[in-house]
Amino acid sequence: MQSRRDQLVAAVIILPSIVLLGIFVYGFIAQTMRASMTDWGQEAAMSLTPEINHVGLTNYKELFSGFLNMRFRQDLTNMLFFTLLFVGLSLLVGLLLATLIDQLVWGETFFRTVFLYPMSLSLVVTGTIWRWMLQPRGGINVLPTLAGLPAGQFLWLSSRQQSLIFDWSHIFHYTCLAALIILALMAYGHWRRGEKRRLRTKLIICAVLVGIFASGALTRIRLLDFPEEHGFNKALWGVVIAAVWQMSGYTMALYLAGLRTIPDELREAARVDGASKFQIYRYVDLPLLKPITASAIVILGHIALKIFDLIFAMAGPDHYPTSVPAITMFLKTFRGNELAVGSAIGVILLILVSLLIIPYLVNSFRTGEQ
Amino acid sequence: MVQVLAVLLAIAYLIPVYMTVVTSLKAPGEINFMTAWELPSVPNWESYSIAFKQFAPHLKNSFILAIAATLISAAMGSLNGYVLCKYPIPGANIIMPLIVFGMFIPYQSILVPLFQFMQKTKLYGGLPGLILVHVVYGLPITTLLFRSFYEEIPDELLGAASIDGANFFGIFRYLIMPLSGPPFLVVCIWQFTQIWNEFLFAVTLARPDAQPITVALANLAGGQAVSWNLPMAGSILAALPTVLIYVLLGRYFVRGLLAGALKG
Repeated sequence: MQSRRDQLVAAVIILPSIVLLGIFVYGFIAQTMRASMTDWGQEAAMSLTPEINHVGLTNYKELFSGFLNMRFRQDLTNMLFFTLLFVGLSLLVGLLLATLIDQLVWGETFFRTVFLYPMSLSLVVTGTIWRWMLQPRGGINVLPTLAGLPAGQFLWLSSRQQSLIFDWSHIFHYTCLAALIILALMAYGHWRRGEKRRLRTKLIICAVLVGIFASGALTRIRLLDFPEEHGFNKALWGVVIAAVWQMSGYTMALYLAGLRTIPDELREAARVDGASKFQIYRYVDLPLLKPITASAIVILGHIALKIFDLIFAMAGPDHYPTSVPAITMFLKTFRGNELAVGSAIGVILLILVSLLIIPYLVNSFRTGEQ
Repeated sequence: MVQVLAVLLAIAYLIPVYMTVVTSLKAPGEINFMTAWELPSVPNWESYSIAFKQFAPHLKNSFILAIAATLISAAMGSLNGYVLCKYPIPGANIIMPLIVFGMFIPYQSILVPLFQFMQKTKLYGGLPGLILVHVVYGLPITTLLFRSFYEEIPDELLGAASIDGANFFGIFRYLIMPLSGPPFLVVCIWQFTQIWNEFLFAVTLARPDAQPITVALANLAGGQAVSWNLPMAGSILAALPTVLIYVLLGRYFVRGLLAGALKG
């Protein structure tokens, strides 16, 4: 039906976009990877004919075990805790808001609008506003005094306290253990749904991980020559609150859209069978919202891993307790002229985001094509 | 019960707005941590005129940047979506995920080569360069959104048009474009909001005179010893365009938001 000429025109139309994205996404990623394996930086960054040497994986090794890069390892720790708290709380609050709105008698549009408006703001605006709200001696902390209570004392953004402290030299143990727990949970899910082949694959991987753990191979890798403590910086609570305030409306919108697609007949059938309102919610609504939770975790998770603007605006790039890899990448690259190290951090971020995004893309495009 | 809870939560979500407005209307001398929640004794509108004077060039930059990049990326995305949806492009099954991956990457992983590229092509520092960057990295989402909208147009309709002798552009002009109104609005609102609010490219690729509003705001608020009325007034100025769009065209904003989560 389509003439050959039109097919040619179509190909010509799409070509510029493909070339642009090919260069700006994949070409630049390749260049970043190459740069991350050099000693490009300091004087070489300034000169017009820089002398750049290939140094292999030295930059990565330095970031993960070098004495001077302790900040980066705390960045990674901060990023991990921020991601867990932000994603978890956004899902929880979003689900709560969606359920609430679904039950409302009046004002549905109004409340939806109010809960979602922070999404339209820039993270820089959110950061500026919450920086004021979370001043140690003002904002949220003096709120209790309006009711005659003592003022709050918590240092939302500047606390130097840490909890959940662990030794970085055992990081492989922790990673292995976390992977084991996640895989075991997935295996349990497969077992319950009777997916034999997937269950077997997961069990094999679990067995391998247990084997690695038991063999003591992880203890023999000496990552650091010194014990180095990292932990959850309590100053991150301020950033988490602002981020949840901004993004919980998004999960609410996703869940609300999901609740609206549940056919009434399904709930009606449950009601006829004598299910209470809560039982319908628990056994009809919630299971059907699971795929939405899965995509929300991916979307929010990748936002959390990349978080930069919010922290920049709330605490500034030089505030150690709330720093994340994206901030340090900015400082190393644009203030320190350490272009190779900045590139290496960029690649690490890309790998982390890809672990989340690639399975998601494969999954959505595979089901989408059918 | 449910209503009461909803009202309480709504108040909690609006508290930052109250604090922002109240603080922005106070005279610098009246801003005090202990009385932060109280209304100003006399509204001090001067914060806004000072903030506006300081921000006017940056607001202008943001408008030029956001409008130009939005229109170009939407137009290209619309053509791309049409092609990828209705024409047999070799390897289309692989091309689409590869394109979409581009909207999820952390831009830190391309920033160093991008910076170099901009300097070599003399695009570094100015608005044209920023527009180019936002157009390119906007292509994945605009292409994805338009493609999913065009999937709803039945292929038979296109087949009938091509039997009637319409060619590629004829079909696009007289069949696709008239049906593209709402999707175009969704995409434009999404892109405008994203670009207006963007910070990383703005702070690394623009010279001071080309900096958009987000950078100006971060500079103002991040500076030492600022009285808080100015950053608060500035926040309101920076937020106004996107919040207005959200309030007036919220339906389309939410559609973009949901479509961005792929098919999930």
